[in-house]
Amino acid sequence: MLAMNYRGPFRVRADHKPYPELLHPSDAIVRVTRSCICGSDLHLYHGLVPDTRVGMTFGHEFIGVVEEIGSSVEKLKVGDNVIVPFNVACGNCTFCKQGLFGNCHESNPQATAVGGIFGYSHTAGGYDGGQAEFVRVPYADVGPTVIPDWMDHDDAVLLTDVVPTGYQAAEMGGIKKGDTVVVFGAGPVGILAAKCAWLFGAGRVIVIDHLEYRLDFVRNYAQCEAYNFRSMEDPVLFIKKTTDWFGADVCIDAVGGDAAGSALQTITGRKLMLQAGSATALHWAINSVKKGGIVSIVGVYGPTDNLVPIGNVVNKGITIRANQASVKRLLPRLIDHIQAGRLNPKGIITHRVPLEEVSDAYHIFSAKRDNCIKPVLIPPSARK
Amino acid sequence: METTPNEYAHIIGWGVDADPQNEPTYPMKNYTGDDHQRLNYDRPAQQPTTVEILKSNERPNLTAVFGTSSPPSGLSGAIRRYAFRSSESEYGHWLPLLLADRVNVVEGIIDDLSRGHIPNIFAEKGWKAEWKHNPKGLTQKVLIGAAVTTAIVALLYRKNSTKKSGRLALLSKKLRHR
Repeated sequence: MLAMNYRGPFRVRADHKPYPELLHPSDAIVRVTRSCICGSDLHLYHGLVPDTRVGMTFGHEFIGVVEEIGSSVEKLKVGDNVIVPFNVACGNCTFCKQGLFGNCHESNPQATAVGGIFGYSHTAGGYDGGQAEFVRVPYADVGPTVIPDWMDHDDAVLLTDVVPTGYQAAEMGGIKKGDTVVVFGAGPVGILAAKCAWLFGAGRVIVIDHLEYRLDFVRNYAQCEAYNFRSMEDPVLFIKKTTDWFGADVCIDAVGGDAAGSALQTITGRKLMLQAGSATALHWAINSVKKGGIVSIVGVYGPTDNLVPIGNVVNKGITIRANQASVKRLLPRLIDHIQAGRLNPKGIITHRVPLEEVSDAYHIFSAKRDNCIKPVLIPPSARK
Repeated sequence: METTPNEYAHIIGWGVDADPQNEPTYPMKNYTGDDHQRLNYDRPAQQPTTVEILKSNERPNLTAVFGTSSPPSGLSGAIRRYAFRSSESEYGHWLPLLLADRVNVVEGIIDDLSRGHIPNIFAEKGWKAEWKHNPKGLTQKVLIGAAVTTAIVALLYRKNSTKKSGRLALLSKKLRHR
């Protein structure tokens, strides 16, 4: 079968790999019909995540058709069209029972800090991902959800990660009606976080980024304010001034370790890798939020350390909430939002690329070429 | 600040998920108290181990399921095994893993060549797309790369020829003395 194959930082290609096998009674094999490249895949692509092995297939945002099921699978049948959440979750451990499906304790032997994630290095369990024609899906009765008949599959594929992550970013912010919410990052997750902030009753939503085409996009898509930090002397000072010198009620870091905006952070985090990515967005979020405010983090960082102003977290009494999105927990509500017309995920898709051209798709997304917001890969079997 | 929803009438669904009781919100929202049972829950069946799986030393066993992609092998595999002796809290865990990742890239190229496949690194880096969307930038990059390479080669050549001519002069001097 055809699959994306990681060869090293900034190098991927489409290759032929063996068809996946059922390795556990709870497994299913899914024939992928669409998969996305996620902004967090770029952290892998840039070589920032430890234990990213050559030969691995990335891809944690995919939907497809069930081809085979293991002996204990009861809720799915061959032929079902399914949304596959990016979290590999058993549904039965202490953490899954709390709805912490991103923190499952029975899906990742290599690290205890994070549950299993499809196609996201061995630090997240060593699973081959969905940027392929077929993929093995463990715990098939837990995560995968049958796509409703009325749902557009372009909407469905974005329910695997980007929409739940954006929604949870807003949810973790504990937004109260009238709150000013600042979202750092106008990538796909930041765009969705801005959009979802309104659902929680935000009074004002401000997005900060440095790419004009993304700022234009989010202004229209999420009906919010959007500003370029390159055009301001100090984004923290800008937020203070525009909130009557008070600070935002909620700040969301939707960037993670690939952030631009600080030479020190870029050199130590992205170039020399002396810290686990550049923490510029998180730094600004902590310093822009009001005293007693909430910082919600969904940006992905590596597992070592980052330079952040932790003293200001203490002195300002900030609450920090963070987690990988708990996709399974959020799906019913998000499906409801799409059906009611409150969310239009497919509106962020800008590129549809054949899986065979995965190298170009990664480069376009990584280098921000051709006004790229969200690329979707289509395997050959799904184009017939 | 009390806000009137009418101000947001143009935003479909404004405030539909607002919930003053949503505190503490996720991740603490659905705390069950089961934490005190620790790991004493019903575990799923264990996936058979068919390839080498490295295990965090912060847990007692393999998880019930795991990925089997790219098992550790070669020098990078040896470095990874060493890394897994340290906990996730230690630099001794993560820094060797980053080193192993870089070693693994070289192993990947050797592996390609040993299978008779010459990797097209330019294609793998997406240069076709770069040429399509940013031809000027790519041309600049190539020209700068070529200039730097030429300068380095010229410098090395000059050093070598200076050394050579120095040695020759010394030799002819010795011969004259004889």
